[in-house]
Amino acid sequence: MALRNTEPTQTGLSTLPQPPKQLKKNLSRMLWTALFLVTIVGAAWHTESDPRQLAMGWPNMWRLLSQFLTPDWVYMKKVLPAVYETIRMAIVGTTVGAIIAIPITLLAARNVTKNRFFVFLSRTFMNLIRTIPELLFAAIFVAIVGIGAVAGILAIIFFSFAIIAKLTSESLETIDSGPLEAMTAVGASPLTWIRYAVMPQILPAFISYTLYVFEINVRTAAVLGLVGAGGIGVPLNTALAFLQYDRAASIILLIFLVVLLIEALSGTLRRRLI
Amino acid sequence: MIDGSMRGIGVIEFRDVHKVYPNGTVGLKGINLTIHRGEFVVIVGLSGAGKSTLLRSINRMIDITQGEIFIDGKSITRAKGRNLRRHRRDIGMIFQSFNLVKRMSVLNNVLSGRVAYHPTWRTLLGWYPRADVEIAFDALRRVNIQEKAFERADQLSGGQQQRVAIARALAQQPKIILADEPVASLDPVTTDMIMKDLKRVNRELRMTTVVNLHFVDLARAFADRIIGLRAGEVVFDGPVHEATDDVFEHIYGRALREEDRKLEGMSAYGAS
Repeated sequence: MALRNTEPTQTGLSTLPQPPKQLKKNLSRMLWTALFLVTIVGAAWHTESDPRQLAMGWPNMWRLLSQFLTPDWVYMKKVLPAVYETIRMAIVGTTVGAIIAIPITLLAARNVTKNRFFVFLSRTFMNLIRTIPELLFAAIFVAIVGIGAVAGILAIIFFSFAIIAKLTSESLETIDSGPLEAMTAVGASPLTWIRYAVMPQILPAFISYTLYVFEINVRTAAVLGLVGAGGIGVPLNTALAFLQYDRAASIILLIFLVVLLIEALSGTLRRRLI
Repeated sequence: MIDGSMRGIGVIEFRDVHKVYPNGTVGLKGINLTIHRGEFVVIVGLSGAGKSTLLRSINRMIDITQGEIFIDGKSITRAKGRNLRRHRRDIGMIFQSFNLVKRMSVLNNVLSGRVAYHPTWRTLLGWYPRADVEIAFDALRRVNIQEKAFERADQLSGGQQQRVAIARALAQQPKIILADEPVASLDPVTTDMIMKDLKRVNRELRMTTVVNLHFVDLARAFADRIIGLRAGEVVFDGPVHEATDDVFEHIYGRALREEDRKLEGMSAYGAS
């Protein structure tokens, strides 16, 4: 019965809802565009950035590029150990970071931790850590433990921990509450409850985020050497400082290959998880 | 192997139970009830009448605000920690949405019904004694789904998942089974099958069974005793043969409609 009422009646058309007037919408769109442009031009003006600088630097760029295109192959072999060190730093840092992230992840999810204060505390902690850039962490740890891979690993641990805990705890809040309820009804102790109701639901996301952070970490570990925190960044820093662009080119090319490889690998693994 | 009688007798007693939700909604108002050993009780009422609140207060999935509930003479209202978990272990629960862990195998889902019998370290490792696996298979056999034991729970249909959920409850070797709208998301044929499973378990194992339902015909076909709730109060409590249409109209507070009686496509129910 109700379905047949959709035929237009005599007055049907005029009573249909009309789209809102366009004028106001257009005006606000123009205002936003203007504001946007003013912001960009203003920012460029105040930082004294000028597109002409780029044009003037063009010959330099060309010289640099030609040197980059002739990498030092023998040297590439010599820095391979540094590449391995970079990857190892990423592996150790990500793994330790992921393990530390587990308890905070659970504490930061409202459906697992009923105590609001603990949730607030762990979230604030995560957010504070995330405000500090990795390179700054690395610089701090170089000051504490000295130059070398350990400082880099510590920086990666902190960074990984914060990102993994943040992403996983957000996913954790969207899991199916049914099994949580069921395991409570079964009389499970808190840890058992987590093992049976929470873990099976969150594990794929947790592993996926960890692999993703590992990809990022390989990239970051490559530049941590710039502040003396070990890895491939150390010879890169030296090469750039001595204007040995052929060597720098070899290193950058190597980083490029390794990052691509790691991303392909972890991408495949992550797709398998879903 | 699964025997309700060996775990106590499963008497549930409500003494002047009230529940007011934090937002002021009244869930239960002065409930006084005794549910006896081995009874098959169906709670009926419109949605919002407090059926779910009543059922969930029995195993403290919901905390009541006043009064006390006793299981075999022991207060569950005052139970804490380990004691509360032990109470819950002895009460199996079945949900409308099955609540299985979908990424786990059927057998592991059923075995999770055993966790409260073992120390935490053991359940964390998933090392169940041989006897537990036998209990789990026995439970699966009772609801006729043992051949699916090694499949993942999300591979099963709704009716099959609900049977696994019943098996999980049975693996608890409970003295009481609570079922909160166990058939509300199932089709008529499966509904009939699940209700028969519950009834059979109730008969064979003498487990006290409390079920929330909203279909009149279904309640009549399976209940020994019907409890009618309206606005958080018990407005009818009696054996199934006394629950006439007039009684249901009293419980619902309005005339019975065709959709109150049964799902379309349901013909006749036979409680085995």
